[in-house]
Amino acid sequence: MIDGRSQIRQRAGLRLWLSAGWLSLLALAAIFAPFVAPQDPLVQDLFTSRLPPFWQDGAEPGYWLGTDNLGRDVLSRIIYGARVALGVAILAATLAGLIGGIFGLLAGFYRGWVDIIVSRVIDIWMSFPPVLFAILLIAVLGTGLHSIVLAIVIIDWTRFARVVRVEAMTQGAMDYVDAATVAGSGRFGILMREILPNVLPTIVVLVTLQMGIAVIVEAILSFVNLSISTDSPTWGGMIAEGRIAIYQAWWVLVFPLITLFLTVLSFSQLGEGLKDRFDPVLR
Amino acid sequence: MSAFLSIEDLTVELKSGMPVLRGVSIDVNVGKVHGLVGESGAGKSMIGKAILGILPRALSVTAGSIILDGEELQSMAPKTRRELIGATAALIPQDPLTALNPVRRIGPQITRRLIDILGWNKANAETRALELLDEVNIPDPDRVMHSYPHELSGGMRQRILIASAFAAEPKLIIADEPTTALDVTVQKRILKLIEEMQERHGSALLFVTHDLGVISKIVQSLSVLYEGKVVETADLRNFFMQPSHLYSRALLQATPKYTDPDRSLTPVSDEVTAILADEIDVWDKEHGYHV
Repeated sequence: MIDGRSQIRQRAGLRLWLSAGWLSLLALAAIFAPFVAPQDPLVQDLFTSRLPPFWQDGAEPGYWLGTDNLGRDVLSRIIYGARVALGVAILAATLAGLIGGIFGLLAGFYRGWVDIIVSRVIDIWMSFPPVLFAILLIAVLGTGLHSIVLAIVIIDWTRFARVVRVEAMTQGAMDYVDAATVAGSGRFGILMREILPNVLPTIVVLVTLQMGIAVIVEAILSFVNLSISTDSPTWGGMIAEGRIAIYQAWWVLVFPLITLFLTVLSFSQLGEGLKDRFDPVLR
Repeated sequence: MSAFLSIEDLTVELKSGMPVLRGVSIDVNVGKVHGLVGESGAGKSMIGKAILGILPRALSVTAGSIILDGEELQSMAPKTRRELIGATAALIPQDPLTALNPVRRIGPQITRRLIDILGWNKANAETRALELLDEVNIPDPDRVMHSYPHELSGGMRQRILIASAFAAEPKLIIADEPTTALDVTVQKRILKLIEEMQERHGSALLFVTHDLGVISKIVQSLSVLYEGKVVETADLRNFFMQPSHLYSRALLQATPKYTDPDRSLTPVSDEVTAILADEIDVWDKEHGYHV
């Protein structure tokens, strides 16, 4: 039977499964990196430097995606790099979602002076150019995993606050809020029991999208060497190193780039898919 | 003895200072149905909202009193007022599509008042909700209790809202154009249902509508509003037999009749509008609003 609704559901389903599939594969690899990675990602061996990926002549068994300039295994470095990327993505996006969500809800639901203060702070906040802001923050906070997470949260909570504020405002004007008031519910009770469940899907979708953004930001920062210490592998760092030897060993640049691309794409597709899944009419 | 709901000289203003309700006075007794009629924008819904404490943010009560069951609402602390309203009054809203929370199941939306305000336990509240759903002729109430609003039709949802309104046996029910958003065929049945429920439960009912045809079937008395001012309050019989205000007469003439479709749709004449504008002017001047 073909009806529009089931078609949309099917398309959303496929998108959801593909992106969730890639992300869980990556997450599993990151968690079990010591068991999954074929080589030690930090061991350098100049005799095995710039080995090509497995289907090319001169490839060595055990180095599936080749090695970089210093003879380190590309696949193993991508797997270990996923730890940093996913860790940053999950932590930063969740925290930004939490903080932005709370401010957005309060501003959108209570309006008045709460809204005026929150909205003006957001306006000022958003007028800083984000990448410069991030670099500045890292310079102040020092490099390291927690500084990256903090920088992303500090910059991107406004994104959530903006969207959630408008959503809370829209929901707050619905008749069911009046109905709850007439039934004797207090303002805070209405916020938690009536508004929040309606806004939550939006927050979850935004958090998922934010994870993709966080992966990019982490890659940018590690590309300019402002991420964590240089000896632990990061995708951005690998791309920066691969750039130097692009004509001799393209694989050092291309494989982390593909991984980055697929991961960011998956996060955004997961967000879209979840949005459709949460829509009560399509459910 | 004073009425169960007694509104005296109620004035509601926009933030800009423009009056939306101009000194409205209305009495409604237990077991009686009082109608509020007027064109759109006359402020009829605002009266109900002012009583229930759900006026839009831009509006506020600036004068007058609302006495519900002998208690003055305007001077009450917000929490006390909310709880009193929760226990004694209920609303049948205009749009059944937005009045139910889309992400919550029907059951808890009916039982919350019983549990939160009246302190019933969950099992009793659910039994009561099932009875009520049965009373408003919902087939398979057990299934409906576990449904989400979007799974039900508009008419079903309006029945649920009616059931929900009568759940706590409120002494006052405000029906804010409860049939406007519904199909004509459904309208008639919903109207009959509200009437039956009101009679059975003996509540006072304030019925807001712009439809004189609807009002003639359900109310015992009514007030006609124009620009937030009551121009006439009368018994139903008197109103239809000998309306005292020119505007009421004009409204009755503007109501379409099956028997005489060509002649009956007379618009309100300029003469009447001018008289009304004068009355509003006089009131505004007397109460210190500049025109």
